[in-house]
Amino acid sequence: MEFFKIRRTIPFMRYALVFNIISVVTFLLAVFFLATRGLNFSIEFTGGTVMEVSYKQSADVDGIRSMLEQAGYKAEVQNFGSSRDVLIRMHLEKNQSSADLSQKVMAVLQAQDKAAELRRVEFVGPQVGRELAEYGALALLVTAAGIVLYLWLRFEWRFGLSAIIANLHDVVIILGFFAFFQWEFSLPVLAAVLAVLGYSVNESVIVFDRVREYFRKMRKASTAEVIDAAITSTISRTIITHGSTQVMATTMLLFGGPALHYFALALTIGILFGIYSSVLVASPLVMWLGARREQFIVAGKRKTTGPRDEQEGAVV
Amino acid sequence: MNRYPAWGYALIAIAVVLAFLYTLPNFFGESPAVQISSAKQTVKVDPALLQKVQDVLKQANIPYTGAVFDPSGIRVRFEDTDTQLKAKDLIHSTLNPGAAPQATPEDDANVNYVVALNLLPASPAWLTAIHALPMYLGLDLRGGVHFLLQVDMQAATTKRLESIAGDIRSQLREKGVRHGGVTREGQTLRVRFRDADMRNRARETMLANLPDLAIAEREDGQDLLLVATMKPEAIKRNQEYALKQNITTLHNRINELGVAEPVIQQQGAERIVVQLPGVQDVTRAKRLIGRTATLEIRMVAEEYMNPETLAAAAKGQVPFGTEYYVERNGQPLLVRRQVVLTGDRLTDAQPGFDNQTNEPAVHLRLDGQGARIFQEVTRENVNKRMAILLIEKGKGEVITAPVIRSEIPGGRVQISGRMTTTEATDVALLLRAGSLAAPMEIVEERTVGPSLGRDNIEKGFNAVMWGFIAIAVFMSAYYMVFGLISSLALAVNLLLLIALLSLLQATLTLPGIAAIALTLGMAIDANVLINERIREELRGGATPQAAIAAGYERAWGTIFDSNVTSLIAGLALLIFGQGPVRGFAVVHCLGILTSMFSAVTVSRAMVNLVYGHRRRVAKLAIGDTAWK
Repeated sequence: MEFFKIRRTIPFMRYALVFNIISVVTFLLAVFFLATRGLNFSIEFTGGTVMEVSYKQSADVDGIRSMLEQAGYKAEVQNFGSSRDVLIRMHLEKNQSSADLSQKVMAVLQAQDKAAELRRVEFVGPQVGRELAEYGALALLVTAAGIVLYLWLRFEWRFGLSAIIANLHDVVIILGFFAFFQWEFSLPVLAAVLAVLGYSVNESVIVFDRVREYFRKMRKASTAEVIDAAITSTISRTIITHGSTQVMATTMLLFGGPALHYFALALTIGILFGIYSSVLVASPLVMWLGARREQFIVAGKRKTTGPRDEQEGAVV
Repeated sequence: MNRYPAWGYALIAIAVVLAFLYTLPNFFGESPAVQISSAKQTVKVDPALLQKVQDVLKQANIPYTGAVFDPSGIRVRFEDTDTQLKAKDLIHSTLNPGAAPQATPEDDANVNYVVALNLLPASPAWLTAIHALPMYLGLDLRGGVHFLLQVDMQAATTKRLESIAGDIRSQLREKGVRHGGVTREGQTLRVRFRDADMRNRARETMLANLPDLAIAEREDGQDLLLVATMKPEAIKRNQEYALKQNITTLHNRINELGVAEPVIQQQGAERIVVQLPGVQDVTRAKRLIGRTATLEIRMVAEEYMNPETLAAAAKGQVPFGTEYYVERNGQPLLVRRQVVLTGDRLTDAQPGFDNQTNEPAVHLRLDGQGARIFQEVTRENVNKRMAILLIEKGKGEVITAPVIRSEIPGGRVQISGRMTTTEATDVALLLRAGSLAAPMEIVEERTVGPSLGRDNIEKGFNAVMWGFIAIAVFMSAYYMVFGLISSLALAVNLLLLIALLSLLQATLTLPGIAAIALTLGMAIDANVLINERIREELRGGATPQAAIAAGYERAWGTIFDSNVTSLIAGLALLIFGQGPVRGFAVVHCLGILTSMFSAVTVSRAMVNLVYGHRRRVAKLAIGDTAWK
């Protein structure tokens, strides 16, 4: 079986501007939604209490909401996973001892329905929440810096810069989705975003390896032609590997239940945009940043002293 | 060219067999067990107790399948839950004579041992012997309570300063230095003086006796001041001490819950993590964590210490204002209700020996005010008896009731008499651990019910299984034999990963299971790279054997690159990740490492076995490569 019997080089670079305009528009939309709607942070970041309560029959969400309101609690109530499970979120309130909040709320709920079962409680104090957010941002920063550094060592600065721009813009787009739909942004989602960042940078690496190889092989071709050839020859494996990773994300989406829902969703968006941006956005950037054959020919002449020679290259 | 030496195959086979062995315990599930641990600091669990438990069970004809002793307690394993329950009741009543059948140490002081139900891995003994244990499941998978407690370090320092203020007062009085009062303002102490001479003398005394203080001279209107602050290293030492003491206290208290495997650990400089697997009653856990236990010094009611009154007291007719106790040597005592001193005045308790008799003793240090009270009381009660009581679990026990020979100044008190060295150590520990050194606040709590835990395991398992099947089916259809080999290599990767997690006893959480799924999805990447490269080589006209060799060699660089970038993200998560993210990161990083081995080395070994030893290979079963 073979899906991609591509006999001619596809002129990707002819549409470079189109790809980048699409990309810039999506990026700006993401930034816009991030700015106007903001992320719907989970209580892990904001501090507060989350309770998951399970009922024997379908839960009356509105009833629970008004009941809690009467008891003096400001709470968001929604179904979680099934109609019998309810998620109650309460943000930190002043003058409210949050440590035993869950017990009081549970007492209110059980007064109305004895069968209500507390499945899960999560309470996060304000100082912990702030710290988690700080560490999350730090992890993102360190990952980005680490990857730029690695690409810098491995390639020229133009490649490192293009790859990280393309992939960080993925991160912003994932966040934009979460802002637009007001999906809950939790710690596992953050983990998914970072994992995808590390994963899809690799895509750019593979294309760039080919670009370097073809600069040396195709003496008469223009930069655009070299990049086209490089992308064409790697596109099959790009789609298949991303496809298999996506299979896993999809099964998590289908079977993983509500706890893994947003994690899998972040992976899905990240993987889909990862293919697009790491190949079709990063490569034009390299071209526009002024990558030329001469840079590699010089490197080629210094083969014996250079950091790497042709045999060493990662090629596919 | 596509052959590994025999030892190469052997090495890979050994790795796979080992991985299989260490994965095995995860399939055996758990068997019911009873766990016995000490309910009091002064009660020890030792191998002799294990023997006793075994004897009791044998006498009662209750069959058990294993009994082990380790520092955390004794565990006895049973065939089914009925036997387990029967055994629990029997052991409880034998070890705790006089206690009610279902009593907990909290509500019955006669309970010396906590006998709790537990689940133990049911894997055969030989697996346990080679340390092959099932994966350690996080609270989100097994259910339980997780607390993150923040120790109020400001309060720890304040408390220490208050006690230093008392020390200053009593030292200045001893030396006859007149001063205008010692006050604490924030984190500094101010001592007022009228004249410079007194101030100088005070300064000398303080410098000599209180090395923890940094002292400066100030003027405030007419008053001369000495301003003392704690040295940074002293503050740090005091805070570390406060944290340690709080952890010790928590250990003691949580032991009473009878939790099977509690986790109490320091996290960062001022936080403590408490994890109680299987505990559902959060209210009780919280109440216990907040409880205090302490020392009390009271006077013995000498006027009632005659045989008739004591005999009546033993039957319950206690004279007004007194309480009836039995000393350790069996002597009855009547002790006044009025408390002379409490453990709050205690700054330290250390085990040691009596200077004169060389008996084991506990050396106590009282703070300034405590020392003053103690001195007064001893001065006024020479030749009378004083009782030192340990108030544990709301009930007192007289540790010792010595006769006061003379006035005791300086706040240094020694308790001795009829103690063994171990007892002295335990009492000292208990006195230190009895109360919290600094207040704590719950800053994070997670409670997960057991049903949710089971759901999470099932859902995570399903996601991994279906994902794996889908990938294996696709790979085999797309790359034929090479796809099948890739799928087998992926299975080996899963095996290695689970074996590593079991071996390291890293905590597996739901995000960890998600990481397993994600890692498998990413790991197949390496095999896709290899297989695509082999196809390309074949299209380019290479012979099958050459194509295999070139495919594996050339793809290696890319595989390495891809894993390095993933590993950078994984490590960043591991370093900065907290809670659920850390569980994800551990599995992710381990998975990247195992996948490099399985996807390249293991799959190559299989390809070599299939193709490498044939004389002629006309065609590789890797799918359609005839087009160009």
